[in-house]
Amino acid sequence: MNAFDISFYIFAAGAVVSAAVMVFARNLIYCAVGLLFALANVAAIYVLLGADFLAATQLMIYVGGILALLLFGIMLSVKFTGVELRTGTLQMLPGLLVVAGLLGLLIRMILRTEWAMLEPGEFQPTTASIGRHFMTDYLIPFEVASVLLLVALIGAAYMARREKS
Amino acid sequence: MIQVGLHHFLILSAVLFSLGLLAVLTKKNAVTVLMGIELILNAANINFVAFARYTDNGIHGQVFAVFVIVTAAAGAAVALAIVLNIYKQLKTVNLDEADSLAR
Amino acid sequence: MKDLLDSILQGSSFLANLSEVALAILLLAIAGLLFAGVAAVCALVFVYVERKVAAHMQDRLGPMEVNTGIPLLKNIGHGWAQTIADALKLLLKEDIVPGAADRKLHLIAPFIIFCSVLAAVTVLPFGEKLVVSDMNIGVFFVLAITSFSVIGMILAGWASNNKWSLLGGMRSAAQIVSYEIPSGLAVLIVVMQVGSLNFGDIVAAQAGGLFHWNVFRFFPLNLIAFLIAFLATLAEANRAPFDLPEAESELTAGFATEYSGFKWAVFFLSEYFNMFLIGVFLSSLFLGGWHSPFGGLLGGFFDKGLWQPFWVILKAVVIIFLQMWLRWTLPRLRVDQLMYTSWKVLTPFAFGLIFFIGLWMLF
Repeated sequence: MNAFDISFYIFAAGAVVSAAVMVFARNLIYCAVGLLFALANVAAIYVLLGADFLAATQLMIYVGGILALLLFGIMLSVKFTGVELRTGTLQMLPGLLVVAGLLGLLIRMILRTEWAMLEPGEFQPTTASIGRHFMTDYLIPFEVASVLLLVALIGAAYMARREKS
Repeated sequence: MIQVGLHHFLILSAVLFSLGLLAVLTKKNAVTVLMGIELILNAANINFVAFARYTDNGIHGQVFAVFVIVTAAAGAAVALAIVLNIYKQLKTVNLDEADSLAR
Repeated sequence: MKDLLDSILQGSSFLANLSEVALAILLLAIAGLLFAGVAAVCALVFVYVERKVAAHMQDRLGPMEVNTGIPLLKNIGHGWAQTIADALKLLLKEDIVPGAADRKLHLIAPFIIFCSVLAAVTVLPFGEKLVVSDMNIGVFFVLAITSFSVIGMILAGWASNNKWSLLGGMRSAAQIVSYEIPSGLAVLIVVMQVGSLNFGDIVAAQAGGLFHWNVFRFFPLNLIAFLIAFLATLAEANRAPFDLPEAESELTAGFATEYSGFKWAVFFLSEYFNMFLIGVFLSSLFLGGWHSPFGGLLGGFFDKGLWQPFWVILKAVVIIFLQMWLRWTLPRLRVDQLMYTSWKVLTPFAFGLIFFIGLWMLF
């Protein structure tokens, strides 16, 4: 029972509890705060898996970008005409049954398969190697991703602007 | 408890995936459905990174996880713009009421 | 840090017998308390310095009344205990939460901001071996963890159940998100030149005296990069002239309007600690970190031992003084001017600099 195991259990529990808050809370802002802590705990899990660059990227983009965007979206869509901040759920019981079944299936599959595992090595810095892969093996997806971001930026800005009256 | 290995990370990822799926299936508000989708994408990312560490495929899992994060960001931005437009048109973000093109 | 811990562990049998888990918890608790204490003292000193600097720039004296009667310190005068008195007052003030406000969010919002700023200090180097965590992605970590404060501001604005707080919170968030881009790009210029995100490597690459510092290489392009980084981080700390979200005459303290007592003190503390963090961050990246400006003078005497934290703090204090000077000299920018500066001035200049410095490095 070393520090690695305990850290994993703490962060995994944190992620699952925050995600549960996100799914079951009625108040929309509590959902967003639940997502915030879920994403932060997932970033900690990345650190435990030796992905240091990815953890910082996750924090910067998901928490500092996407979550702020979601919060803005919530606030802009409820404040001004009194649309309720509470959100209900539809058909929770069938949803729970389906999802529980899927979860059982996935866990059984995970425990039964013989994964081609090997002992993990020392933690290595990953930034340089990820950068090298971006410029050699994954060059085309990299360029396509930048075009995708440009298109998303232009499209979202165009769609969300005020009407010219 | 047993030593943490690949299975633990995969089970964590499966649990997060099913919670995200529950949010997508049962929530009325469009923004909450988006949050569920982000959670699903994060669960898939944990899978990628866990396999990158515990098998000998090198670091390709982490590279792909970066692409997933980038695509998720683009998708969230566009989806929120659409949600805002729906709100402007229909004055509601309840997905049940946004189910027909004719209005 | 590890050698320091090992030497402590060998000297004490009690500590050596604790299990790894208990030791980790003990260390975390001690480190946390130490850092929070240092942050509090830092903020106290800087608030006093700011009030005195503001006063002298405005041709008046500032706080002069509060000097304690302790015999040794009696004759310092100049109202040096003013912020201690202010801190005590804030701690004893009643904690008012508006009736319709969301109590849980109202409570955690200031602490999200405080924790994000505090966590960023763990990677900053105060000397060759005086760093809590020598991360390989140190610079990126600082940028990533300070972006947590966006969420804290939005939640603070929302939880106060007050239109002006909400507007102030959203404006603050928009400002911080916009200025993260030029600040990240300007920092990227330094990282590109050194080839590493590790603070230790970046500071070590600036050894050798004044003209080897990053701000003087590729002259004058790195100087412009330093200016861009300085302005962008100034805006990220919500300092004037970018402090519209907390301007008293505009939005009555923005997202922090409905906060009083200890929680407001936490906001204030995190702002001043953020200034200190920026001071050390910029001085490590651009101004040579813990190296002295004298280079090899006297056989490198000024580069060893306790001189290293001295130089770090001195450079951070110079940058903080520059920030305070700007605050009390320039008028505030309007919110559209603020956005214009970020997107149409700082970001294109930063991109242009990356391009030209990249070309220069190639040839």
